[in-house]
Amino acid sequence: MSAISDTGTRRDTTFTFTIDGVEIRAQPGQTIMEAADDAGIYIPRLCDHEGLRHQGSCRVCTVKVGGRSVSACTQPANPGTNVESETPYLTKLRRDLVEMLFHEGNHLCPMCEASGNCELQAMAYRLDMTNPTKFPYLEPNRDLDASHPDIALDTNRCISCGRCIRASMDVDGKGLFGYVGRGIKRRVAVNGMDLAHTDAAVTDHAISAEVCPVGCIIRKREGFRIPIGEREFDKGLIGHEIEEKANA
Amino acid sequence: MPELRKARIATASLAGCFGCHMAILDIDERLIGLMGLVEFDRSPVNDIKKFTKRCDIGIIEGGCCNEENVHVLQDFRRNCDVLIALGQCAIMGGLPAMRNAVMHSENPLLECLEEAYISGRFIRNTTHQIPNDPALPLVLDKVYPLSEVVKIDYNIPGCAPTGDVIYSTLASLLAGKFRGFERELIKFD
Amino acid sequence: MDVQTSQAPETVEAAPPPKAEILEICAEYGNDRHRMMDILHTVQNRYRWIAPETMEAIAEATDLSRIQVEGVASFYSFFSLKPKGRVTIRLCDDIIDRFHGLDAVVAEFERALGIKMGQTSRDGAFSLEFTPCIGMSDQAPAAMINDVVITKLTREKARDVANALRAGETPEKIAVPGFSPSSAHERANRMVNSNIRHAGEVLLGPVPQNAGLTKAVSITPTQIITTMEESGLRGCGGAGFVTGRKWRFAAGGEAERRFVICNADEGEPGTFKDRVLLTERPHLLIEGMTVAARAVGAREGIIYLRGEYEYLRPLLEEVLDERRAAGLLGTEIMGVRNFHFDIRIQLGAGAYVCGEEGALISSCEGLPGEPKTRPPFPVQRGYLGYPTVVNNVETFCHAARILDKGAKWFFDMGKEGSHGTKLFSVSGDCLNPGIYELPYGHSIWELLSIVGGEDAAAVQVGGPSGTMIGRDSFSRKLTFDDLATGGAIIIFNGSRNILEIVEYYMSFFVHESCGYCTPCRVGNVFLQKAIAKFRKGLANPEDIEYLRDLSSTIIETSRCGLGITSPNPVLTTLKSFPLIYSTMTKPTKDGIRDTFDIQAAIDGARKIAKRRSYIFDKDFSQ
Ligand SMILES: Cc1cc2nc3c(=O)[nH]c(=O)nc-3n(C[C@H](O)[C@H](O)[C@H](O)COP(=O)(O)O)c2cc1C
Ligand code: SF4
Ligand code: SF4
Ligand code: SF4
Ligand code: FES
Ligand code: FES
Repeated sequence: MSAISDTGTRRDTTFTFTIDGVEIRAQPGQTIMEAADDAGIYIPRLCDHEGLRHQGSCRVCTVKVGGRSVSACTQPANPGTNVESETPYLTKLRRDLVEMLFHEGNHLCPMCEASGNCELQAMAYRLDMTNPTKFPYLEPNRDLDASHPDIALDTNRCISCGRCIRASMDVDGKGLFGYVGRGIKRRVAVNGMDLAHTDAAVTDHAISAEVCPVGCIIRKREGFRIPIGEREFDKGLIGHEIEEKANA
Repeated sequence: MPELRKARIATASLAGCFGCHMAILDIDERLIGLMGLVEFDRSPVNDIKKFTKRCDIGIIEGGCCNEENVHVLQDFRRNCDVLIALGQCAIMGGLPAMRNAVMHSENPLLECLEEAYISGRFIRNTTHQIPNDPALPLVLDKVYPLSEVVKIDYNIPGCAPTGDVIYSTLASLLAGKFRGFERELIKFD
Repeated sequence: MDVQTSQAPETVEAAPPPKAEILEICAEYGNDRHRMMDILHTVQNRYRWIAPETMEAIAEATDLSRIQVEGVASFYSFFSLKPKGRVTIRLCDDIIDRFHGLDAVVAEFERALGIKMGQTSRDGAFSLEFTPCIGMSDQAPAAMINDVVITKLTREKARDVANALRAGETPEKIAVPGFSPSSAHERANRMVNSNIRHAGEVLLGPVPQNAGLTKAVSITPTQIITTMEESGLRGCGGAGFVTGRKWRFAAGGEAERRFVICNADEGEPGTFKDRVLLTERPHLLIEGMTVAARAVGAREGIIYLRGEYEYLRPLLEEVLDERRAAGLLGTEIMGVRNFHFDIRIQLGAGAYVCGEEGALISSCEGLPGEPKTRPPFPVQRGYLGYPTVVNNVETFCHAARILDKGAKWFFDMGKEGSHGTKLFSVSGDCLNPGIYELPYGHSIWELLSIVGGEDAAAVQVGGPSGTMIGRDSFSRKLTFDDLATGGAIIIFNGSRNILEIVEYYMSFFVHESCGYCTPCRVGNVFLQKAIAKFRKGLANPEDIEYLRDLSSTIIETSRCGLGITSPNPVLTTLKSFPLIYSTMTKPTKDGIRDTFDIQAAIDGARKIAKRRSYIFDKDFSQ
């Protein structure tokens, strides 16, 4: 409660703050991440996605502002503040979170058709998730839904980012997906007996390759088409597109 | 200055496809330089079946899916200063570990074996029996990543790892200055 | 507890309730999706489950999708997507109850009803389940039977209760035997003992009626807020935010509507002081809420009553009615023009996280109990997006008293930074468990001597999310700056196993995490598994560092107070009882992991192959 900010009152003047010592400009009402993106500074993220409401659930975007950790995707930028992002300490926290997501589901990358295009995997690369693990594997046994002619769901790979929920609700206006349950049993489920009993279409934004960051929402007959070496994250580290803005 | 002793290396393939061992050959011509620094002890490369001496580095491909894998792995841990998990199967179980996720019934192992040898749709097994030769090692309840059975010092990621990542890891370990991987070399597939 | 494999309880065949009846229930609540909690409660109570068809019908009536309804129904422990028994018995399985004979009670219920915990009897008569602390820790073991409560269970009492239920007696009659009570207050008191051991000057001593409210209408709203600020009152729900400041924020700015919400969720295990205030000082509470309403300009109020306290609902409704009739609620309160305020009760449904103010607001809005993104804070944009004051029951009671007696009177009690009195819910190994109203600033030693707990070996201050301390720290003081607490004081004597307590508390947080954010949802499962490893003696010395490391990741990255405090049982016991951890570790021999159990791993294959291991069985000749 100590940091009540006056984000309610909008002034139409831009202001500056710093991220890892680099001064950047922000519009009032922008989140730290939005301002960082504009300035070509990439802050790692999984649940946040362009064009969708901010959710603030994966916590991979955790940054420090004035000693307090906050999620950059939801925290409004404030004039004159100093934000820490790519410190060894924060990178370690982010790596822990990514590793938790790997261990919460079943992520056997070598046989996953998202491999090479998967944001979770790419984030693990960016954050150097290569040390022998200390976390146990939870090895869930969740449903696989292949009922739909064009779409399949392997929720064992779902990282609960909720991007499909927001995309379907807000962009497609369909509300195909929703969360059910609580705690470690909280799941993404479809609004119907199974996918075949919904009005899901492979042309939905929620089903498109860009929305599900992992290999959970699968468009049938599309997998393994792109050869190794030419996939999204064979081309560069996740975030490189934003970082290239700064160099341009 | 005393002549540097060659580092002793041992390798083994457990529940893997031998792909990671083949990947060692992808080091290509750099292998020749590397061979100047190391000598192989127990390894399928030279068919030595038992440790002749304590080794500096042990390299394991594949996870543990049966008791013999466990036995070999423990033997490696006891006889090697540094133990490396080579490839995704060794690191997290890999493809064989797919069976872990389908095993949540009353007798999951039996269910799994029955599907593999008797009831599976594409099975042609004239004996209609699960193989049970006394020489066959007992299968574990699930496939374990190496790090759940023994302490692992380093992972070399990949399925299979590239010659580059294997080479650069070994080279820097041998030079005593391994500081993690170049990000471009990290791949889980 | 294995969190991954959900125990499939025996399901009972049941037809879904007729759609027309469901639509009727929705209509009673104006087909308002924000009243989803009430709709689901009504359905659950009437039909004992929320069937898929029922969710479709509710979705249709409230213009939501089925998955949205299911999202709410599947979030709360007291709603069930499978048919439950006509009588559901929920046994509190808190560590206190376990230490006070829970096992025998469980065995007796299971035997008498012929079902195991987690099951429903085939005839659909009974369900048996566990639930976390139901706020009766001073009279453990305790249980809920449908919406009533029975306490101080023993093997014999459990047998009598089970037999009476089987004989068709109503839960109500079992909980309140004899003549039916004349008032709701008497009924509540016969069901549950208030156990007031020490009444202080502010709350539990004699309290004149409506003196605070009378004062409030005689001064301006700004003067009320200033009085609150000057009194030094800080929130009693745990976080200790300065109440006057909160009210000032909520009163500021333009807003069409404003709300005052009373947090009566009291879910922190070992806390039960709000239950006693709700029972003994309901008028004072509502008076306090009315004062707050006048201060911030709110016309609408909500009391968020935890589902476990449903038995108090008739009492509260009665008090609300009385006050409406006396012109103390409703329009033109005390004859003051433009002073309108009324209150509805929102019943919770078994979710600790709903005590977090954002989650509480979500729940009031008919959503799953997930905390909200902050900023905006509730005082800026709370219930339905309007400025909202959320305060604890005790905080509101204090507020009413402060207006009557003046800021200075309150400020002069207690210690610098911690003014006034505080209710302590004392339970566990002591002579006189119950409620103590004391000024802030007593040491743990002093408190222990008052309650008869001098031979304590450990005290859990503030419940699982608080601090566990040992004897060497008993001179620490109960203040916001030293040992802050929402009121729970749980006493453990030397015979209690600290790691068992820690493991239970971690399982509590795993059960209660809302699951929204990664660190709390997943990290707490890992932490619980790590503690289990210690308890089994399979941990390495390095695992102590692992506990710290994992804890700090959870604390640093969690989204709300639940995740930020969930590692506290581990961290505070590591600090207070380091030896308990280190004596449970042993170094790995040759780097071979003790946690890997080869015998267990090959046992299945041994049975299938009908032979022994050549490698790991010493004698394989059989
Ligand atoms: C997980 C969690 C549970 C909480 N439970 C309660 C509760 O049961 N009762 C309560 O008054 N406050 C609870 N709080 C604190 C509330 O969020 C909030 O700070 C409090 O209701 C404000 O009232 P106060 O200022 O009067 O204390 C809880 C906080 C968290 C993070
Ligand atoms: S979803 Fe991503 S991380 Fe998971 S298995 Fe597939 S490629 Fe790997
Ligand atoms: S299905 Fe994909 S997009 Fe949807 S929550 Fe899971 S990981 Fe995110
Ligand atoms: S910390 Fe995260 S998962 Fe835990 S209760 Fe809060 S929001 Fe939910
Ligand atoms: S990207 Fe900010 S919490 Fe997920
Ligand atoms: S009611 Fe059982 S401990 Fe609180």
